[in-house]
Amino acid sequence: MTGSPLRRFGVASQHLLADVGRHYLLATKVAERVFVGPWRGERVRLKETLVEVYRAGNESLPLVALISVLVGMILAMQSAYQLQQMGAERLVAQLVAVSVTRELAPLLTAILVAGRVGSAIAAELGTMKVSQEIDALTVMGIDPIGALVVPRLLGLMVAVPCLTLFADLVGILGGCGVATFLLGQSASGYLMDSVHALQLEDLWGSVLKAFTFGCIIGLVGCHQGLETRGGSGEVGRSTTGSVVRSIVLIIVADLFVTALLYVRH
Amino acid sequence: MADQAIEVRGLEKSYGERQILKGVDLTVAEGETLVILGGSGSGKSTLLRCLVGLEQPDAGSVLVQGIDLFAVDPRTLGALRQKMGMAFQGSALFGSLTVADNVDLPLREFTRLPASTRRIVTRIKLALVGLEAAAERYPAELSGGMQKRAAFARAMALDPELMFCDEPSAGLDPVTAAGLDRLLIRLKEVFGMTLVIVTHEMESAFAVADRIALMHQGRFLVAGPPEEVRQSQDPIVRRFLDRLPEDDADEGERYEQLMRSWQ
Repeated sequence: MTGSPLRRFGVASQHLLADVGRHYLLATKVAERVFVGPWRGERVRLKETLVEVYRAGNESLPLVALISVLVGMILAMQSAYQLQQMGAERLVAQLVAVSVTRELAPLLTAILVAGRVGSAIAAELGTMKVSQEIDALTVMGIDPIGALVVPRLLGLMVAVPCLTLFADLVGILGGCGVATFLLGQSASGYLMDSVHALQLEDLWGSVLKAFTFGCIIGLVGCHQGLETRGGSGEVGRSTTGSVVRSIVLIIVADLFVTALLYVRH
Repeated sequence: MADQAIEVRGLEKSYGERQILKGVDLTVAEGETLVILGGSGSGKSTLLRCLVGLEQPDAGSVLVQGIDLFAVDPRTLGALRQKMGMAFQGSALFGSLTVADNVDLPLREFTRLPASTRRIVTRIKLALVGLEAAAERYPAELSGGMQKRAAFARAMALDPELMFCDEPSAGLDPVTAAGLDRLLIRLKEVFGMTLVIVTHEMESAFAVADRIALMHQGRFLVAGPPEEVRQSQDPIVRRFLDRLPEDDADEGERYEQLMRSWQ
């Protein structure tokens, strides 16, 4: 890009706005297919959606389990170090439970899914786009949004919350392991403290965040795939682009959802 | 005169500043084989994409069986599309599905046939193009010619009344290309469908066409039976038919200018 900084800023802003507009258009098309389509006799592909739920869950589960248990352990060790100085080691359970459930599990799960599943969606749709498979679907009379985008998006909207709840549990268990083996606390006491520390609102918050992040990953992945132009080199660009955009948008959305749910006036 | 299967009126299409189609008019009669011939960048592929509704024109209309593709409700368009088949230049077979599943896809989507019947129909379609033995193979495991034939089989899955082919013999050796031409003629004889073929391969064009339309810079220069086109004295048509390169003198001058600018 050439020209003065102001011009470059203008062009970049224009591209950004156009990009936001295209994401919005895709979202409205998906919403139309899901909410209006069935009234026009266009079915939502439940079987394909379940396949996507399974695929997203199956591909991400081991990684989510590993990262969540490690983060739970690290958080327990870090907080124990601080709390020990105040003689409040017993609060480790509460701190880990609330931090993992409200923030770390949804965020890390979403980032992992964006890297693992969102990128795969962008690559898959991008390859289909450059090899004219999406054109072939259209000519056959099969709507690519209904056949490809809706199942993937709905799949992620279900899979990410499920994975996040699993990550909540595994993260707390990771913290429990550290508390039991390194801090000498009882496992049952730790788990009881965790349960008492958590409120229903925390779990709902976790699920709501995960749902939002699932929407973002699906939408960005599908959009990047469908917008792929040119050859196979562009597929790689779309794939990388989907991960970077998803992560940035996830963190921005996290800020807003956190402010909405937990900031008291 | 036979009914018109396709009627194109004043079609215009631009990509940015570049106008690709400059007011194209065209009619294709039912059961006719029209070959749209033209060089690279002449606009023939864009025209084909407009004919199947993949590209929205800037102006003009495309009527398929009397229905305007771009002014019709989605349900009617969906029903119309089931009467149309298209074989893409790169085959566009679904890489994650076997050849048989590729052919089965339209049947699964648009018919209520039981799986056993669909399997039989799929086998028949694959037998028509000589690919029964490759039914369980994936597209990546097929040669270029086999992929094209599989694409024909998929395009014919629902017995279309109109078939569109984009560069069916491009990138194939002459023997395989001739085999595909013969296959197209046979398919047309068997099913009596209307065929629109876009190509730059002259031998193929003259072998299969009832009528040839030659496109140049977004317009038709000549359209008529193969013999009429062959006799055309239009200099651009002649250059295309006689395989003469474009103005060499200009190219040489441009090359010299380029070389000078580097020195």
